[in-house]
Amino acid sequence: MAATAESVLKPDFKTQRKHFIFTDEHEQLRESIRNFAIKELAPHAEEWEETTFPDSVFPRMGELGFLGLDKPEQYGGQGGDYYTSLVLAEEIGNANSGGLAMGIAVHTDMAMPPILAFGTEEQKQEWVVPAIKGEKILCLGITEPDAGSDVSGIKTRAVRDGEDYVINGSKTYITNGHRADAIVLVTKTDPDAGYDGFTLFLVPMDSPGVIREKKLVKLGMHASDTALLAFQDVRVPASAVLGQIGKGFYHIMWELQGERLIGAAGCVAGAQKCFERTLQYANERKAFGRSIGHFQVIRHKFAEMATKIESARQMVYVTAWRFNNGEYPVREISMAKLHAARVACEVADECIQIHGGAGYMREYGVERVWRDMRLNRIGAGTDEIMLDVIGRSYGL
Amino acid sequence: MSPPDPPFADEHDELRASVRGFIERELAPHAQRWEEEQWFPDEVFPKMAAQGLLGLKYPEEYGGQGGDYLHEAVLCEEMARVGSGGTAAGIGAHINIATPPIWKFGDEQQKRRYLEPAIRGERIGALGITEPGAGSDVAAISTRAERVDGGFVVNGEKTYITNGVRAHFIVTAVKTTPEGGHDGISFLIVERGEGVGSSALHKLGWHASDTATIAFEDVFVPEENLLGELNSGFKLIMANFQWERLAMALGAVGAMQLAFERTAAFAGERHAFGRALSGHQAIRHRLADMATSVYTCRCVTYDALRRFVGGEDPLKEVTMAKLLTQRAAFELMDECLQIHGGAGYMREYWVERAARDARLGPIGGGSDEIMREILGRVLGL
Repeated sequence: MAATAESVLKPDFKTQRKHFIFTDEHEQLRESIRNFAIKELAPHAEEWEETTFPDSVFPRMGELGFLGLDKPEQYGGQGGDYYTSLVLAEEIGNANSGGLAMGIAVHTDMAMPPILAFGTEEQKQEWVVPAIKGEKILCLGITEPDAGSDVSGIKTRAVRDGEDYVINGSKTYITNGHRADAIVLVTKTDPDAGYDGFTLFLVPMDSPGVIREKKLVKLGMHASDTALLAFQDVRVPASAVLGQIGKGFYHIMWELQGERLIGAAGCVAGAQKCFERTLQYANERKAFGRSIGHFQVIRHKFAEMATKIESARQMVYVTAWRFNNGEYPVREISMAKLHAARVACEVADECIQIHGGAGYMREYGVERVWRDMRLNRIGAGTDEIMLDVIGRSYGL
Repeated sequence: MSPPDPPFADEHDELRASVRGFIERELAPHAQRWEEEQWFPDEVFPKMAAQGLLGLKYPEEYGGQGGDYLHEAVLCEEMARVGSGGTAAGIGAHINIATPPIWKFGDEQQKRRYLEPAIRGERIGALGITEPGAGSDVAAISTRAERVDGGFVVNGEKTYITNGVRAHFIVTAVKTTPEGGHDGISFLIVERGEGVGSSALHKLGWHASDTATIAFEDVFVPEENLLGELNSGFKLIMANFQWERLAMALGAVGAMQLAFERTAAFAGERHAFGRALSGHQAIRHRLADMATSVYTCRCVTYDALRRFVGGEDPLKEVTMAKLLTQRAAFELMDECLQIHGGAGYMREYWVERAARDARLGPIGGGSDEIMREILGRVLGL
């Protein structure tokens, strides 16, 4: 049971042991997503930083079943548990492209869940079925130029006009905003009703009045297309309402939980990947007559990073276990998201430091991870919002 | 009600409630006095034994409860609620480091003579490894055991030994070859008696613990007190390190949880500038950070525990848990002290003691630096 002297002195460090939430099926899935990412995505990662990744990634992933892992079989999904989408979030990191991982996650774990949870059968048939095949691409519109973390401050209005609604407003920082076929849109339908005045709409992006204003240029996540969108007298039928009228705020708060946990898993995977790449570099790079990894100070940096990454991973897994069991652990999800995002940024920064001048150069890819990871402390709820949510969960 | 975090089950929650009740009723009210007296009474041992708490993981045939490490883990966590790191350390040294080698490597007679009365709380144990000239570098110990007719004669000095003054027997690492080192160390169970001298040490924290230097001067130890095989002592040392470190991680998780709860309550009651401290965003966010740290430490520690109990050899996970939790606990206590302000600096509150007590974590049971060295090896560096 306990360690023997032999195992301490000559430990078998290659052994990878499964976490209790995963089964052999998950490991097989992990393997197949990893192989796909390495073979079909990673070779293009550099190029896609310049061009954004092509739409064709969606149908290819749809064909492989990766876009509906945890979605019901009746809509073409694989009917897997929540952990399968965790596996996707982790293994897509092997594409070496934070922007691609984000574009896929917005499609599978941000836009699709509210349609499945709150949508009508017609909406599911019209959008989820092709989305799982990768034939239609989805995005989610919450943030506006004047309302970010304070979701209740959004101004995009949807006004009833006979049988239709007319939508006016703008949305920004919208991932997939240029390529999407439809948007899950948060609007205000009753300005006097406070939190009860919001309604979600499922709006086809080719509706007259939907304007894809500009592609936003960013610090990182260059492979992702991020849009500023304008809605000018966009007329949609009442059947475009997603979920209940007046319940949009609550619908979107529900959605954010799954998104944050998936985001946290992505952070862990990104940090792990960067760590491994840097470990390899530290073993190869020589200075003062030996590999830099064998200097005690560098060795201890790796020990610290490994511990941080493991801590974030355990938080994600245990919290996912609760989530998969049907609990709704808002506090723990917020903690995992907060911690994992911080860890990812700290690890990326330390990896640059260990790479030295090379770390600062684009060709080594570490500076890209640093830029990509920085978003995680802002997107899907900033660190500060996570802290507020956690504080409030204790009645503080 | 959500289920307990794995690997715990409902039965462990029940044990937790009863252990917590006992500690809050019987031990915590005296913590302040024991700290001031720099000694908790020996009677605490039989008192805990009467509740079965000194033998949770030990077999019933030796008077134990026949439980396992998970039951012991509950106790490790709950001992934080005594509110005296020194008391928890004294009990912890007895059940987590002094007696396990006897249970695992002792012969039947040794178990009857030392483990049984230890489980009853009648004989108190200590583990003697560290020396003035050898701490983290265990293989460098110099206390010698010379072969003589019928046993050994021990000469040398051990230091920083928890229960070092009160212990009736000391499970002691000694050199049994002139070279010592990995293949020249053995374990002897040394009874207090002629030639064994203890002197208590003054410390930054852990005041209720009688941490001591122990001198051995020509101490005769009979052959039958050799624990395990001759010259295989290094293995014995390593064998229990994983549990010792896991126990420390669990203790930190328990202490952090308690400190967070108390500080959040304090911040809710204490008013400044017209509202509760926790109504100020800067304080609320610090409390949220602290809660996150507790959850982080719990997840990491429970994963290591689950693997340990499951029979894996989770060197990496235990080392990470030890490294992460001990520093996190100290940082959290320091934050608690800060939020308490002037009150935090005063001895009458629990906080300054908790901060002092927590400072040992990154040193004891293998320092942070040693943990990083082990992890460096795990990573092949």
